[in-house]
Amino acid sequence: MQVDLETLGLAEGGYLLIKRALRQAGADGEITVTGTMPGLDVDLRAWCRAEGHRFEWRPGVPGTPGHAVVMNGGAETSRWAGAQRAAAPGAARPDTVAEHPPRSWGLAARGAVVEAGTPDFDFHLVDKIEVWSDDAARIYAQAVAAQWDPETAIPWGAKFTLPDDVETAVVQIMTFLIENETAALIIPSRFIAQLHPHFREVMQVLAVQAADEARHIDVFTRRARLKRDELGLSTIGGQASLKTLVDEPEFAIASFLLSVLGEGTFLSLLWFIEQYAPDPITASVVRLAAQDEARHVAFGLAHLGQHLSTDAGLRPRLADAIRRRHETLRHTAGLNAEVFDALLIMAAGSWQHADLREGYRRVLQLTHDMDEGRRKRLTRLGFSETEAEELSGLHTRNFM
Amino acid sequence: MISRDPLIMGAVAYDAKVVTIWDGFGQYFRKHGLHFDYVLYTNYEAQVAAHLSGHVQVAWNSPLAWLQAERVATSLGRQAEALCMRDTDRDLTSIVLVRADSGINEVADLRQRRVAVGANDSPQATLIPLNYLADSGLTPRRDFEVVLFDYLVGKHGDHIGGERDAVRALVRGEVDAACILDANHLAFTREGTIPSGAARILAQTPPYDHCNFTAFADAPKAQVARFRELLLGMSYADAEVRPLLDLEGLKRWVPGRVEGYAQLASAIERFSTIDGFVQDSVARCR
Repeated sequence: MQVDLETLGLAEGGYLLIKRALRQAGADGEITVTGTMPGLDVDLRAWCRAEGHRFEWRPGVPGTPGHAVVMNGGAETSRWAGAQRAAAPGAARPDTVAEHPPRSWGLAARGAVVEAGTPDFDFHLVDKIEVWSDDAARIYAQAVAAQWDPETAIPWGAKFTLPDDVETAVVQIMTFLIENETAALIIPSRFIAQLHPHFREVMQVLAVQAADEARHIDVFTRRARLKRDELGLSTIGGQASLKTLVDEPEFAIASFLLSVLGEGTFLSLLWFIEQYAPDPITASVVRLAAQDEARHVAFGLAHLGQHLSTDAGLRPRLADAIRRRHETLRHTAGLNAEVFDALLIMAAGSWQHADLREGYRRVLQLTHDMDEGRRKRLTRLGFSETEAEELSGLHTRNFM
Repeated sequence: MISRDPLIMGAVAYDAKVVTIWDGFGQYFRKHGLHFDYVLYTNYEAQVAAHLSGHVQVAWNSPLAWLQAERVATSLGRQAEALCMRDTDRDLTSIVLVRADSGINEVADLRQRRVAVGANDSPQATLIPLNYLADSGLTPRRDFEVVLFDYLVGKHGDHIGGERDAVRALVRGEVDAACILDANHLAFTREGTIPSGAARILAQTPPYDHCNFTAFADAPKAQVARFRELLLGMSYADAEVRPLLDLEGLKRWVPGRVEGYAQLASAIERFSTIDGFVQDSVARCR
């Protein structure tokens, strides 16, 4: 095989042509290199030495340029001899998700060829069964398409005036939502860092979920501070409840408690706030947040459903997690009274007895809707009606 | 029977990566049954002296350090052996660069000019090219001015900095020629130190060899033999050692040979480079 570099210098890209030819020649294969760039023989000798190729310069007869004979030393073949493709072995597609991707695949793109000896990364979530959902790619694509810009999606300039007590109630509700959304941001973020990036679509879903929560925190904060400088109250009971979520080390359980039960319950709450919102901005921020939360719930249901379809033993562990959390929170207040009161005042809209009675009825209906939603999702995950009723009843009074 | 005492190797710390390299190789040696440790020196003269005194049994020597060790050993009736070397230690050349538009077309044109070299003790950037120019009829410092870029003296030119500074001086027009290792021509072209078309190769030395692992004949034979065997057995296909081979700049270890030091030997004799070191070392060891 012959490579004629003509006037091309080795550093200018000539080495790429030589590399390509040597690759085609294979280990121990020879190629001939010619060219007229001054110093080609000097550079080629040095390059061959560094690359482990044998080099021989054959001067031309007077008046004609010489040529080099280069023999492939085989280093490139050796380097990739023990390499592995980062995909399920033997699968039809070269980027099929592996059941147990080795930690040494590290950050490599799924489907890439990984050099042997790549250092192990300290990922904890390395089993497909624990994290994977066939719906992840679709949910991610939907999430990306549904991103909204808080600046333009919310009518921040809308004019309204609320009675002081109702505004105070809205600020308290926003304060509560921010606190809960902060937990919902931290939890997926923590698992992203533990997840083997081989499960790319799951990583992306969790990342966009964290970004959603960041946006929710932003808009809830802006609504809370629209008319007031100070935010509302944060209680021991509320934070104790969220801490049990933040502290949960197991992905499946955290996902179950946060996405299926917590965010599922939150969906009812956000719809409720939208329905009885006293101003268009409050209605708008919760409506947009609810759209995102519905996706988070869908992903939780999807990957847990897939997990349970191959590991039914997970179901009693999920049930135990609810019972354990209930026990942990038994001696805390759960939902802070101020939030409950704020929801009632907002739903009533005034201090009139009849309005308060109606507000109370609406809040009771909300708790009923929340319970019904939880039971529906639990039965979707294969829990019996009786189990679903019991477990839904044990869910934290803090909603999330 | 292999001694329970470790085989201690000396190396010069010309860069922080030396620790990574020898910690890594050390683990490999120990895993394969060779009790091994290493000591780092700040300069080759200290390493050669320590080797002669028996503080280390094997030394990773520059070509100049090899000649220092070999000359002193011979004077003392001891025998030095080059155990093995990198594949990249074989058949290096040095080149003399001039500016493309300089009008210097042959070595004789360097008469009365300024020629940049590397560190005073650099075989590839100073001693071998100056010896080559002397062989070509120009005596350094008499027929042309030698401009030293004395970077990290004692490290025998292991650091690229002196050569890079010499080439920068050439490009800026402060000197008329610069002597560098052939591989650095490609490296400096790639990194832009030599702008495209700015320099031209005036001359190239014949091939010569670079570093080797040196042992004296009175070193523990079984350990030294195992050390050499393990090095020669390392494969670039082995993921455990490949990163270390990459760091040390080789694809495989090859047997040592000493014929490739003839040009450097001629240089040190011509310039009396190591006479003082050899005399002092012989006196100290007697």
